Amino acid sequence: MPVVRIPTPLRPQAGGLDKIEAAGATVGEVLADLGRQHPAIQERLFDGAEIRRFVNVYVNNEDVRYLDDLDTPVGEKDEVSIIPAVAGG
Amino acid sequence: MSGELVTGLKCRLCGKLYGKDQALNFCTDDFGPLEVAYDYEAVARTFSRETITARPRTMWRYRELLPVDGEPTVGRHVGCTPLVRADRLAKALGVAELYIKNDAVIHPSLSFKDRVVAVALSKAVELGFETVGCASTGNLAGSVAANAAAAGLEAYVLIPENLEQGKVLGATIYGAKVVAVSGNYDHVNRLCSQIAFRYGWGFVNVNLRPFYAEGSKTMGFEIAEDLGWRAPDHVVAPMAGGSLIGKLHKSFRELESLGLLDGPVATKMFGAQAAGCNPIANAVKTGAAKVRPIREPDTIAKSLAIGDPADGWFASKLIRETGGWSEDVSDEAIVDAMRLLAETEGIWAETAGGVTLAVARKLIEEGKIDRDGSTVLCVTGNGLKTQEALVERLPRPVVIKPTLEDFESLVDQGAEAFDQAPFAAAWN
Repeated sequence: MPVVRIPTPLRPQAGGLDKIEAAGATVGEVLADLGRQHPAIQERLFDGAEIRRFVNVYVNNEDVRYLDDLDTPVGEKDEVSIIPAVAGG
Repeated sequence: MSGELVTGLKCRLCGKLYGKDQALNFCTDDFGPLEVAYDYEAVARTFSRETITARPRTMWRYRELLPVDGEPTVGRHVGCTPLVRADRLAKALGVAELYIKNDAVIHPSLSFKDRVVAVALSKAVELGFETVGCASTGNLAGSVAANAAAAGLEAYVLIPENLEQGKVLGATIYGAKVVAVSGNYDHVNRLCSQIAFRYGWGFVNVNLRPFYAEGSKTMGFEIAEDLGWRAPDHVVAPMAGGSLIGKLHKSFRELESLGLLDGPVATKMFGAQAAGCNPIANAVKTGAAKVRPIREPDTIAKSLAIGDPADGWFASKLIRETGGWSEDVSDEAIVDAMRLLAETEGIWAETAGGVTLAVARKLIEEGKIDRDGSTVLCVTGNGLKTQEALVERLPRPVVIKPTLEDFESLVDQGAEAFDQAPFAAAWN
């Protein structure tokens, strides 16, 4: 099952875990399953159906905006990372 | 100092207020950026033209609007760089009133990053960090390394692997742990976001970012003060992450709201990018609601090569709201502008300065910048650090024998004699 890496400041909303297994064949499905397991994460990541403006999501090392956003396919051994976008510059 | 003047860290999206004494850069509810909030009524009690001008000429003369509790401990001599009235360049561009804000000569590391680092590391010391770091396109690396060394802090500096030699040496010399990451700046930045929270270190542009970003305001405070307490009609600033341009405007608005300026702030903000990395300029020009990131930036202006700018959305919104505009320019135009600035004003800017001037020239020609108004160009870094951009464009010196005859013959030949092959032919 794909694994989602949770950023440190969101771990209180994820039972303190840094990695969580979540089912799905696309980024959207995986994050939806994560949201079912931890509803507090769901509302932080999404604004309606869209990922919030300052949240970046990666499959392995690739930003999903360069792939197919929420429709990006995710394999059984892939890692999905949630990274706050407000950094750098 | 401003300890009691800072009320907290406020989310720029939802307004939620967080405590001021923590290293946190985003709202845990919606990931929005946190920004330092001040009690402006309390600030107004001591922040006046008289008190400011009586203080030493460093960026700390604006201390009430910088988020450090006690006396600054890092970067105490940073700031108050020259605002140069650039009449020869103004004539070349066909504008009436032109200034260069010259942070190419800022102490200690020759880029405007000393301003943000002075605040971030002074705050890092207050928060008890002993190890600090940054994700850098080059200038920040040198500034964190230099200022951390002077403060006795351990520093980890992460950079993309393809940086200019001057920038890499200019960080390593200070004893920082310099880590080159295979990949571009956005890869470096993402990694630093993970490192900062994993190790609990103070990364100036990650978890210390709200404090860090405030340091850029001092560039704007100085511009306004040196113009005789007024805001210019136009400001042209380079954009990498897009933070500086917003803080410049914020600085004018803060001075205005505190009653320190003559006249209202009607400054149009203009953002400069390279054609090889133009996500913010592109958003401004197309009116897009989102800033589309650039996957593989490709420009000689490496200090601006941020494909996924954190403040890109705010920058493009500000530019449009103030009536400004944004443009992007080719590598060739960047070098031409570096030469023009050097030949007219005697200022050797790094490639980003070439971007700023080349964009200003384009905007003047397009009529976006009014030729009669006052314009300030922000030069944020020093040309000594980006020599690679010039070695294929500048001629080698002409070589003569040590005789008067040889020199006379050279002078008789005129300018043609100096039309030598470029440096690169000899260097590579």
